[in-house]
Order: sequence, then C-alpha cells, then structure tokens
Amino acid sequence: MPAYLRRNWAVVALIAVLVIGMVLPLATGISAPGFYLEVLLGGLMSGVLYSLVALGLVLIFKASGVFNFAQGAMVLFAALSVARMSEVMPLPVAIVLGVLVMAALAWLIERLVLRHLVNQDAVVLLMATLGVAFFLDGFGQTVWGSDIYQINTGLPKTPMLVGENLFQGGILINSEDLVAAAVAALLVLALAMFFQKTATGRALRAVADDHQAAQSIGIPLNRIWVIVWTVAGIVALVAGIIWGSKLGVQFSLSLIALKALPVVILGGFTSVPGAILGGLIIGVGEKFAEVFLGPILVRQFDLAGGGIENWFAYMLALLFLLVRPEGLFGEKHIDRV
Amino acid sequence: MAVLQRKKALIAAFAGIAAAVTLGVSAPAAAQTKAPAAAGKGEQFFPVLVYRTGAYGPNGNPWANGFIDYLKLVNAQGGINGVKITWEECEFGYATDRGVECYERLKSKGGAIVQPLSTGVTFALTDKAPVDKIALITAGYGRADSVEGEVFPYNFPLMGTYWSAADILVQHVGKLSGGLDKLKGKKIALVYHDSPYGKEPIALLTERSKLHGFELTTIPVTHPGVEQKAAWLQIRQNRPDYVFLWGWGVMNSTAIREAVATGFPRDRMYGVWWAAAEPDVTPVGADAKGYNGLAMQHGAGRAKMHEDILKMVHAKGQGTGPQEEVGTVLYTRGMISSLLGVEGIRQAQLRFGNRPITGEEARYGLENLNIDVKRIDALGLTGVMRPLATNCRDHEGANVARIQQWDGAKWNFTSDWYQADMQIIRPMIRDSSARYAAEKKLTRRSCEAEMKEAAAPAKASAAIKK
Amino acid sequence: MLYRENGQFKSSYAADQQLLPIAQDRWFVIGLIVLAYVAVPALASDYMFRALIIPFVILAIAAIGLNILVGYCGQISLGTAGFMAVGAYAAYNLVIRVPQLNFIVILVLAGCIAALVGALFGIPSLRIKGLYLAVSTLAAQFFIDWLFARVKWFTDYSSSGSVSPAPIQMFGWTIESPIDKYLFVLSIAIVLTLAAKNLVRGHAGRAWMATRDMDVAAEVIGIRPVTAKLSAFAVSSFYAGVAGALWGFIHLGAWEPLAFNINVSLNLLFMIIIGGMGSLLGAYFGAAFIVLLPILLNQVPGWFGIPISTALASHLESMIFGSLIVFFLIAEPHGLARLWAIGKEKLRLWPFPH
Repeated sequence: MPAYLRRNWAVVALIAVLVIGMVLPLATGISAPGFYLEVLLGGLMSGVLYSLVALGLVLIFKASGVFNFAQGAMVLFAALSVARMSEVMPLPVAIVLGVLVMAALAWLIERLVLRHLVNQDAVVLLMATLGVAFFLDGFGQTVWGSDIYQINTGLPKTPMLVGENLFQGGILINSEDLVAAAVAALLVLALAMFFQKTATGRALRAVADDHQAAQSIGIPLNRIWVIVWTVAGIVALVAGIIWGSKLGVQFSLSLIALKALPVVILGGFTSVPGAILGGLIIGVGEKFAEVFLGPILVRQFDLAGGGIENWFAYMLALLFLLVRPEGLFGEKHIDRV
Repeated sequence: MAVLQRKKALIAAFAGIAAAVTLGVSAPAAAQTKAPAAAGKGEQFFPVLVYRTGAYGPNGNPWANGFIDYLKLVNAQGGINGVKITWEECEFGYATDRGVECYERLKSKGGAIVQPLSTGVTFALTDKAPVDKIALITAGYGRADSVEGEVFPYNFPLMGTYWSAADILVQHVGKLSGGLDKLKGKKIALVYHDSPYGKEPIALLTERSKLHGFELTTIPVTHPGVEQKAAWLQIRQNRPDYVFLWGWGVMNSTAIREAVATGFPRDRMYGVWWAAAEPDVTPVGADAKGYNGLAMQHGAGRAKMHEDILKMVHAKGQGTGPQEEVGTVLYTRGMISSLLGVEGIRQAQLRFGNRPITGEEARYGLENLNIDVKRIDALGLTGVMRPLATNCRDHEGANVARIQQWDGAKWNFTSDWYQADMQIIRPMIRDSSARYAAEKKLTRRSCEAEMKEAAAPAKASAAIKK
Repeated sequence: MLYRENGQFKSSYAADQQLLPIAQDRWFVIGLIVLAYVAVPALASDYMFRALIIPFVILAIAAIGLNILVGYCGQISLGTAGFMAVGAYAAYNLVIRVPQLNFIVILVLAGCIAALVGALFGIPSLRIKGLYLAVSTLAAQFFIDWLFARVKWFTDYSSSGSVSPAPIQMFGWTIESPIDKYLFVLSIAIVLTLAAKNLVRGHAGRAWMATRDMDVAAEVIGIRPVTAKLSAFAVSSFYAGVAGALWGFIHLGAWEPLAFNINVSLNLLFMIIIGGMGSLLGAYFGAAFIVLLPILLNQVPGWFGIPISTALASHLESMIFGSLIVFFLIAEPHGLARLWAIGKEKLRLWPFPH
C-alpha cells in the first residue's frame, strides 16, 4: 500500500465509509435510480449554497485571521438591500447598489471593530463578529423591514422533467438550481483570477501568508482588510441573491450561516477549493442522511420523526476533525511552545 | 498616555451610567407590585402578546394589527358598556420562555384575559393561569384537550382546536375520495412544525388513520422551517395522496416553494388555518395557485365590521397597520380573537356590573358565551362568523370550518361547512384531560352546578362573591 | 484608606489560606449574603423575582460553569445550553420515575449525568483546539436538541413534546411562591459558588489554568491533559446541568426542547465575556448584565415618553446588544470583573492620591 495511504489510514477509512454509505441506497435497491439522482442533485444544490457562504468565511479568515460569525447576517443584509431596492428599480441597478452598500459596510466594520481588536485571540474576535452579527440583524430589519421579500430573477420555478425514458417517473431538475450552480462556478473562477492575476489579489495572498512579512514590504494591512471584507461582502451578496430567490428573503437566512461552519471545518479554514468541496460533501451528506438514513433510525428507535440533518453536518465535521484536524485542504497547524 | 486616560474615562462614564440606569430601572419595576385588578381606574387592561419580528413576524404582524384595531374600534364606540380599554404590546418572537416573561411582566398591570398566539406558550401558561386567575383564550390553537372545562377552567380554545381542524381535513379528503371508507390504502403526509403547535394534530390523525385505514406519515420540520428540501424529497419518494401542512411563519411559504420544486401538486396540499393566509402564498407567486387551506369560519374579505374599523379607526389615522391589510385572513383572525375577549368581558359584566372585570370574572364570562346570529349581525360579521356558545364542559364553543383555495389572487371557499366529529374527539379529550389532571394531582371541578345554572333562566342576581 | 489590609496579621496557615483574607472583604461578603437573604425578600416585588432575580441567580450558576471551562481552562464551548437541557431532562425523568428521591439528590444526580455527557463531548478537545473545538460543542448542542425532541422516552411520551413537572416538594416544603423559589436557588448558588472557588484555588484550578495558558508546556511539566480537560468539561457540565434543572423546574415551570437552543448558549458566552473570563465574580456581573439589558431596553423608551413599536424595540435591542458586545471587547476585554478589580485597587488609595 502506498506510504501516504498508510499514514492517513483514518482519513481514507472515513472517506471509504462515506462513499459506501452514499452508494448503498442505490446498490441495495432501497431507492429507485431516478429518485437517487434527485436526492443527489438536491444535495449538490444545497451544497453549492453552503459553499457560497463558506467562501466568504474562508476569504476573511485567510486575510485577517478572523472567523466571521457575521457572514450569515451579511448574506441577509445584502439580500434585504437588493430585494427592497429592486422593488423600485431594475434588478441589475439594485445589484450594483448592493455592492456599494456591502463595500460601505466592510469599511465601517474595519474602522469600528477590526482596527481596535488587532492581535486579540480567536475567542475575542469570534465574539466581536458575533456582536456585529447581532447588530446587522437588527439594523437590516430596522431599515428594510421584517417581512418576506422577493428577488425576482425571472427564472421559472417549476422544475423540468427529464429522462423519462431512462428512469421511471423521470427526474426533476430545477433550472434555477442549474443557474445558481453556474453562477457559483463563475464566482469561484472570478475570485481565482482576482487572486492570481491582479496586484491586489497578490497582496491579499501575501497578507494571508504572513501578516508581518506583508506589512514589512509595505502592504497596508487596514486597506487590505477593507478590500477583503468587501469581496466577502460581494460573495455574501451573490449568496443572498441565490438563497433569496430560492427561499424568499427573510430573517432566517442568517441562520443558514451556522451550517457554513462545518463546511469550513471540513474543507480547511484557509482553502477556497476546500470550501467548495466541503460544501458539496456536507450538502450531499445531509440530504442522504435525512432521506435514507433517517427513516431507518426512526423505525429502529421509534423516534418522533427524523430531522437528522440538523446535526449531521456537525457530526460529520467532528469526525473529520478527529481524523484530520486541519480539514481536507487546510494547512497543518504547528504549535510552538 | 492620553489614549489610556481617555479609555479609562470612557469606561468610568459607562460604568456610572450603567449603575444609575440599573438603580433607575429597579424603581419602576419595584413599583409594579401586584396591582388590584384593572388598577381601579375604570379601565379594562388587555395584555397583548405579539411577535412582529423574526421568522414568524410576517404572520404575527397582521394578527396583532387586527387584534388592536378591534380594541380601538370598541373604544371608539364607547368602550365595553362604558369601560374604556387600555392595552400594552409585548414582543416575544414566538419563543416560549420570552412569552412567559411577557405574561409575567404584563399580568401585574391587571390583565384579565391573555391570548398568547402560541401553543408552546399556552402549554407553559396552562399551569400558571389558574394560580394567577387569568383567563387564557387560545382561539384556534392551544391544547386540544382544554375543551374540557372541568380540568382546564381557565383555558378557552374558542372556535376550534387542532383536533377539530385535523378531523375536518380528514372528512374533506374523505368526501373527495367518495366516502371515508374509500380512504383505505391512501397515503396522507403531515408536514408539521416541530413544536407543540405542530405535534398537536398527530394524535387525532393517528386515531383516524386506524379507523379508516389510511397510511399516515409525519414529517417534522425544525424551527424556523427554512430547510425543507429533505422533507419534500421524502414526500416525493413517498408519493402521498394528500399533504397536510401544519406550519407557521416562513415555514409555510417555504413548504409551498419546495412543493413546487419537487413537483407536488398544490391542489392536493391542505394547510391548517394558520397555514392558509396571504403571507404564506404571496411570496411564492403564481405557483401557489390551487393551494388549499382550512378556513376557521372566516376567510378573507371585508364585512361591515371591517368597514367600521376603516371608518372609525383608520380614517382618523389610528390604524395599527396598513389599510390594505384590513380584511386579510390573519387580520380578521386577530380581530375575531380580540372580539371573543371583549364579548367574554361583556358577558361577565352582565353578571358583575358594568365595571372593569377581573380574571376570575372574565373566566365566568367566557364560560357562558352565547354569540348568536342576532349578535353576529349587530357586530357586523354576517357570513363571516357562525354562532358560538360555550359552557362548562365545552370551552370550544363552535367547531365548524370550511375549505378555501388560493386562485393566485384571493381566497375562495370551495366547500360546505364541516363540523368536527365529536364522537371521535370527545373520548380523546376525556382521556387526555384525565391524564393531565392525574399528572398534576388536580382536584377536578364539577360542572354540575354550572350546567344547572346555565339551564335555568338567568335570574337577576346581586354580584356573587366567588 | 478604608480598604487596607495593614493591621491584619495572620497567625496560622488556615487563616492565611482562607478565601477572603482581608477583613473588609469578609464583612462585605457577609453583608451581601445577609442582604440577599433578608432585605431582598422584604423589598423586592413578585415581578422582580420572577423576571430579574431568579433568572439572574440561575444563569449565574450556568455562567460559573461555563467560566470554568472557557475562562479557567481555555476550551471554547458553544454547547452549554445542551448540557443545561441534559440536566433539566435528567431531573424531570428522575422526578417522574423515582419520585421518592429528595429533590436535592435529584439535582446532584442530574448534574452528574450532565457531567458525564459533558465529558463525553469533551473528548474531542484532546485532539482539537480553539475554533475547531467550538464546532465540536456546537455538534453537541444540536445533537442534544435533536435527541430530546425525538426520543420520546425522555419526555415521557408526551404528545406535544413539552414537559411540565409538578412543583418541587422537599422536607414538607412546597416551593411555589417566588420568595421560596428565590431562597432555594440562592442557597444552591452560594454552595456551588463556594465549591467553584475552592476548585479553582486548588490543584484542579491550577491544572486548568496551566492548560489554558500553554497546554503543551503543561503536559511537559506533568499535568495530564486528559484529566485537566475532561475534568473541566465535566465540572462545567455539572454546573450547567444543575442550572438547567433549576431553569426548567423553577423559572420556566414547563418547557420544550427549544427552550435550550443555541441562543441560550450564545447568551451564556456573552455573559462570561462581558463579566470577565477567568473570574467567578465576572460570571455574576455578566449574568446580571444580560438579564437586565433586554428589560432595560424595553423600559427606557417609555420613560422618555418616546413611543416606539414593539418591532422596532426588538430590533433596537438586537442592535444595542451587538454594539455593546463589541464595545466591551474593545474597551475592556477582561470584562466587568476587571473594572471591579481596578475599582478595588483605587479604593486602597482613596481618598489619598498616592
């Protein structure tokens, strides 16, 4: 057996268990192939949505070492702004204005919060972003209202039925989901181009590698942080628009962000591909657990209903943490004593 | 060093302000001792527990507006036999512990009737209300077994409980299938909010499924109900014939959205009366067309009472919410709930005199409600509300409902009146309330005296000291 | 001038090692306890007990527990409410299944069960630290939430999922009136605070603090991380479990699984951040702050005669809460306890300038 497999046997075993768990419903015939594909697609779609939120988290963590608990509140705030503004102006204009709003928010957060908390330890920064999250929740609803609002992207909501001859009953595919996946992919590509090709992107990568070294060669940390939080804000805006057009823009959007935490754990706090992959794994895993594993557990233990997906993502992240603490693509953390 | 001094000064100032304000808040809070009922000011105080924010805000807002608009209307019409109404709102965001907190805070101001608009809070307050002697109206929600007045003297699930609602839905789908016996072998899925509210109908649906042989699947959705993809994928796998939706707040519109996404026909979805209002269907747009809901007697639309409110409250600029909201389903629901409270006070005043009423007296009033056709016409709710009469053994008063359907622009009634089958429900109420009494070691009161008194013609009697 | 320890000589080791070596401190604390037992029941109204004082005392117990874990041992925990739920449901099940037990015994047993569960979910802390550990405790929180909502045995097959135990009866005393409830929880809080103070003063506390400061170095000098970390989780969960049982039985009276959701965990974390991590007094300060703040925010606009809708009041509460958290973290990261300590330092000199 190759050496690296032997060294990381626990990770390999865990991945093997997951893959077997995923293939099992199809192999044992519990589920029809068409339905299996639908669950898979549904899981991938949820995964894309989680990845979008996790992307913002990773960006901020990479550049400023802060775990942004307020990412969910930012998604909500961005979605609320666009939804309400699009009631009085065409959607593209609203989106542009939304970008400006998020940039202003990023500047304010850096000025009022981050600048004063440089060098504090992780718990304090986490709590600070939690405070920002509370503030944004209240502020967004004060300014824009607490009803359910719509973002009308013009996409049809009724699903298309495909593959009726291949699978019994056909498979339902939502064109909205496909567009969302495409947008997410474009966003990741755009971010990759930004980081690789532009000067600001290179500066961001430098800051992510080593704050002090970046400062020593003259990169202005404060300005970089504003830029990073703005980019994260734009990512939140895209996530908010996609989520909002799918679920309607309302307060509970900010609670979705809690799910992004296991995604980031899985993928590694500092890795963008990790966030994407982690999101997909969590999304698919959740749906599979809920749809296939749930009924088995309910029958076995006489439970009052399923609802496994509330904790499955966290348990999965926990298992990964135990076998690979830095996540799939994260950097190994070295403690110096 | 200047920075440090500034920081210290800031902290000191903050600490000083905090101390002063803390002492300050203790003063009025201490003054909120248990006031005598209605504060002896000749005013009837109504505590209003609301939620205008959070995941359930979109639904709680119109209900609260309707509730308060009716109180304003009564005041504009001269009060309850001359007694002016005062009220205070308390926001609790549908969280049970905050709801109980609101109750505790407001009860010291002399409230006689509390309407928590939350089954979870109702469960929590069912123990406290008899001790505090405050009547609980849970119109269209609450504990289904609290119909039994012998065990729950202070609970009033007026106009319908969840067992009545579930029963009527089963009757309706039975009728659609050509008879209740034709339900055998069919599948009904209950998508419910994972809270006491959502769990309440399960007992009756299980009972009915045993009776008629249909397969019941229960699918819980966790608060706030935004993640339902897996639930609806399960439904797609299960392919039930009907889906009953017991949701609240954003869970409802999300459910309909997910139904669209998984291709479940909306016209085979039936929402309970809290899942059949405008905030549930309008966010979904045209795709919600065909969605059915239960109408707790009233639907949407403006009756004479709405016109009165528009004339006497909104026209004077005192409307609680926007004018377009007057006449929507939840607005009317709140309005009627408020009306039930006021009618209870009126009924109590018939016995105890035209003065502010205490909680104990209001309880008597609510237990002897008799809103007949004449009164309904006088109030201006002809065709909106059916007659309602309570007694000691029946705190529900009326258990009729009909089905309404959303056509993309408004709600239309699509069925006759159904009445809940008490043959099935009565024994369940009896057993459940007996279990509650045993668990709490309650001494069950006897309804014999009250029933006899209600049967005898009302004699002019002096105010009886209870 | 007033707060000096000169003239107070210790002539025995016991006297030197006592909890409150300075006489003024001793008088102050004794006075405080007398005030709490005598003056408060006489002066406070029913409403103050129900809405302010009893939640404050119970949450202070939970905050002490969390402070032991986060402040003294340095392990982040976002799942305290889950352990409170374990304590509450354990106490409920003991009360209905083994009714002949005394309630104090039930409380201790519930705490022990919560401690076991806490130690179980603390096992990942042996491998992971910091933010990653926060995820592990979040997993505990959501899993426990789900467990009590789904496994019907815990709620005694209640159809609504909510439980409501009968009022507590022990030694012929039914704890129903607010004053009774207050005296009961106050006594428990004092006993538990004393226990916590002694724990953090002793070997356990020093092991926790060493693990917090630099766990690798602590391991090098012989403090076993398994013992230190798991004992911190266990003790913290014991306190959380007792607090949860008291919260359910005494404050709420009837509760459903959602009563112990993530917001309670976050509130507890705020309590110890604002109160001061690593300080038992800080737990009390933080609990008082968090309990008072929403009520304050609700009442203050009324005093100034500014009518604001309940929705706006609720949003303002969120905003002010958030900004206060940030303000505290920026201005005084060590919390109100540090301000208190600074105050005491100044008191040693006052009224002299130096």
